[in-house]
Amino acid sequence: MALKGKLEDFGITQLLNLINLARKSGTLYLEGSDEEAYLCFREGKLIYAVKAGVDDSLPAVLQRAGVFTPEQVRMIRDNMPGKSDQDIARVLITSGRLKQQAVLRHVREHILTLVYQVFSWNRGGFRFEPAELPVQGKITTSIALENVIMEGNRRLKEWELLRDELPDLNIALKFAERPTTPLRDINLNVEEWRVISFINPRNTILQIAQYNNMDELQIRKIVYGLLQAGLVEMIRPARPTVSGTPTSRATASAEEMPATAPQMRRPAVKRGIIQKLIRRIREL
Amino acid sequence: MLHQTSVQTVKIVVTGPFSAGKTEFIQTISEIDVVATERRITRASERIKDQTTVAMDFGRITIDDELILYLFGTPGQKRFDFMWEILSEGMLGFVVMIDSTRPETFREARRILDTFRSYSPVPYIVAANKQDLPDAWPAEDLRIVLRVEPGIKVVSCVANERESVKEVLLELLYSILELVDAEPV
Repeated sequence: MALKGKLEDFGITQLLNLINLARKSGTLYLEGSDEEAYLCFREGKLIYAVKAGVDDSLPAVLQRAGVFTPEQVRMIRDNMPGKSDQDIARVLITSGRLKQQAVLRHVREHILTLVYQVFSWNRGGFRFEPAELPVQGKITTSIALENVIMEGNRRLKEWELLRDELPDLNIALKFAERPTTPLRDINLNVEEWRVISFINPRNTILQIAQYNNMDELQIRKIVYGLLQAGLVEMIRPARPTVSGTPTSRATASAEEMPATAPQMRRPAVKRGIIQKLIRRIREL
Repeated sequence: MLHQTSVQTVKIVVTGPFSAGKTEFIQTISEIDVVATERRITRASERIKDQTTVAMDFGRITIDDELILYLFGTPGQKRFDFMWEILSEGMLGFVVMIDSTRPETFREARRILDTFRSYSPVPYIVAANKQDLPDAWPAEDLRIVLRVEPGIKVVSCVANERESVKEVLLELLYSILELVDAEPV
C-alpha cells in the first residue's frame, strides 16, 4: 500500500521518522515545486538517493568528490561503456586505483548531500512505494536515519512548522524506551547534549530552555529533532514545577522517575457494568 | 404501587478531525436515528462534504432496563472546540477517529488526542477509519505518526460497517475492563 500525500501536510522529517520507526523498505518519491528526487530505504535505513538533474553515476560522484578529473571520467566511460556502478567500482578497487572504503565514503557523502537538499522542500507531493527498490547495479550504503533527521533539523528554518509540532512548551520529555539507535551512536552537538542532560519527566521544555539560555526557536528545533529521531517522547510533567531550576538528569534519583505516561484513571463504574456493555455490543 | 427503576447512563465520546467519519460511526451502531446537529458547509476550504457537525452527534444503545450507553460525537472543526470539554465530562472513555486517507488531518488528530487526554485520563482508542479505501495509511503507521503510546490500541475501522464499529467499541471496553481489573476500587 503506497503512502501518499503533500509535503505541506506531512514533511520530510516526519516521513523519515515514520520510515525509521516502522523500519520500512521501499522508495520515497518526492516531487518538489520544480524538482524531483527519490530516496531508497531498506529496513528503515537510507541506502540510496537520486535527484533529477544530478548525475548519480559513480564516475560523476567521484568527479564531484575531487577524486577524478573530467578527463579521467571520460576515459573510464570510454573504457567501460554500459557497465554498472558496481562493475566500475570493482575494476577501480581491483586495479588499486581506489580502496573500497573510499568508494563507499564518497557514495555515502553524495547520498547525504542530496538528502539534505531535499530537506528544504516543503511543497509538493510524496509517494512511498514499499515494493520498489530501483538500485540494481548501484552501490548502496546503509545510513541510520536518526543522524540524518538530526542534521536535517539543524538546517530547518520553518518557525511555523516548529510551533505547530510543539504547540506547548510546558510539556516534559522522557527518553524513548526502545530507540532504534543507541544515543552514543548519534552525533549530537553541544547544545543538543545540554538539552539531553536535563531531560527528566519533571522538567518542562520551557524550563530546560530557560536554564540553558535558549530562545524558543532554538529549543523547539532541538526538541523537534530529538522527537523526530525517535530519541525522546513527550509526556505531561510529573508534577507542577515551582522553581525555575530544572532537575538535571544526573541528579534525579530513580524513584523520582515517574511512569512513562500519565496514569489512566479507573472509571467510576463497576466491573459488571462494563461486562454488560461488552455483552450487549457483541449481540448487536 | 408503581416502582420507578433508576436508569444508569454511561457515555463514550467519539472525537477526531473534521470529516474523519464520527457521525457515520455513531449512525452505524445507534439504535435511534442520530440526533445530529449538522449544518450546511459554507466555507470553500471545508467543502469536502455537504454538512458538518456543529455542536454534537448523539446516539444511543440500550443495554438493559437499567443501563443505557450514549455515544457523543464532537464537532470536528476547530472553531467549535469549545464544545469538546463539555462533551468529555464524565465519559467512560473516548475514540479518536482519523481519516486514514488524509495526511493533512494527522497533525490535527494529534492535537485533538492530546487535548482529550488532558481533559480526563480515561482509556481511549484510535480508530483508523476508511481502511477500505486504496490510499489508506496502515493503522500501525498512524500509531507512529500520532505518537500513540504502546499500550494504546490503534484499530482499523470502516465507519459504515457495523461489525467494524462494534469491534472498535469492544476494544475500547476491553481496555476499560483491563483498567478496572488492574486497580483496586
